[in-house]
Amino acid sequence: MRTVLTQAALLVAAVGAGTGPALAAGLPQLDASKYPSMVIWLAISFAVLYVLMARVALPRIARVLEERQDRIDDNLGKAASLKAEAETAAEAYEKALADARDQAQEILHETSQRLATTAAKRHAEVAERLTGEIEAAEERIARAKQEALSHVGEMAAGVVGEATAKLLGEAPDEKSVSAALMSTLKGRG
Amino acid sequence: MAGPLKQFEVNALVPVELGGVDASFTNASLFMVIAVLAITFFLTVSMRRRSLVPGRWQSLAELSYEFIAGMVRDNVGSEGRRYFPFVFSLFMFILFGNMIGLIPYSFTPTSHIIVTFAMAIFVFVGVTIVAIIRHRLHFLSFFLPPGVPVVMAPILIPIEILSYLSRPVSLSIRLFANMMAGHTMLKVFAGFVVPLGIIGGWAPLAVDVALTGFEFLVAFLQAYVFTILTCLYLNDAIHLH
Repeated sequence: MRTVLTQAALLVAAVGAGTGPALAAGLPQLDASKYPSMVIWLAISFAVLYVLMARVALPRIARVLEERQDRIDDNLGKAASLKAEAETAAEAYEKALADARDQAQEILHETSQRLATTAAKRHAEVAERLTGEIEAAEERIARAKQEALSHVGEMAAGVVGEATAKLLGEAPDEKSVSAALMSTLKGRG
Repeated sequence: MAGPLKQFEVNALVPVELGGVDASFTNASLFMVIAVLAITFFLTVSMRRRSLVPGRWQSLAELSYEFIAGMVRDNVGSEGRRYFPFVFSLFMFILFGNMIGLIPYSFTPTSHIIVTFAMAIFVFVGVTIVAIIRHRLHFLSFFLPPGVPVVMAPILIPIEILSYLSRPVSLSIRLFANMMAGHTMLKVFAGFVVPLGIIGGWAPLAVDVALTGFEFLVAFLQAYVFTILTCLYLNDAIHLH
């Protein structure tokens, strides 16, 4: 497309400029007498440019870019190490937390066990003491009952004797009274 | 009024003669020197502060560096590092030559076939020398792609050699023709502005405005094309196929 454009441009140029001096002499680009100076100055300027770029400009830019890259890498490295540190700290914290929880659990367990043992012991003691007291009391009651019961006969005999004395006006002898009492009590059963 | 091709005329500013050869300092030489100075000024002044966080100019300089460094890395590989300063100089020289040429009344060295051809031949010869040093006689296998039946060789080898030899021609003509055509068109349309008067002159002026924008694109694109083709040729020389 560009070659077509070139031809078109040249055509228009020919029409527009008519018999201009440039066209009469042909294209200035084809004037071979200028070639040596063009090539010489191209070589000089390009060589100077190459040396300036290779020795001065490019190393300078490269150094700045490198410094920036180093700085970025450095910061990234620092961030990574800080992150690792934070992770270690978090791990340690987790571990401490778990340990503390375990310890608390243990203490809780131990305490409840100790309390249970103490309570059981006290309970047993109290129960024992109470049983003893109950037994003693029962014994006392039994004894009192026995005593009371053993006096009942005597008292009854006394009462019967006196009642008989009042009724009959004479005191019956004790043996017959108690015998009569016994037979009556037995009859009641 | 000056013809559209007058802008390409080379005039001696300081006549110099070296051993019977005309080495005059011409307007073409002047603009080549200006390009070199502008590049150096741009790259050294913008990097003067060496900021960690770059400013606008420093970004621009770093961007050019990384653009070409990336191009060399992607197209040539790690072996291409040695040639990076050359590729970078080549790109900047063509780019600045093209861009400075767009300033009215300036001169465009890259619109001259002798300049582009000299650069292309330098690249061609340099690349061929690199290939021969690296691969010795193996370099000749470049002209017979692997996997091709032997029967095809008599046809293929001349074609491959011809295409290899036409590299500097296409490389130089592409750049030269683009620059010359663009500048000629700009001048042709500019030449119509005044003769068409205040009523009709606007049309060619508008075309010129559009073309100027287009020419900036072409100026960059052609510098890019020349450089990337150089990279590809270098890659061929280093890796053969």
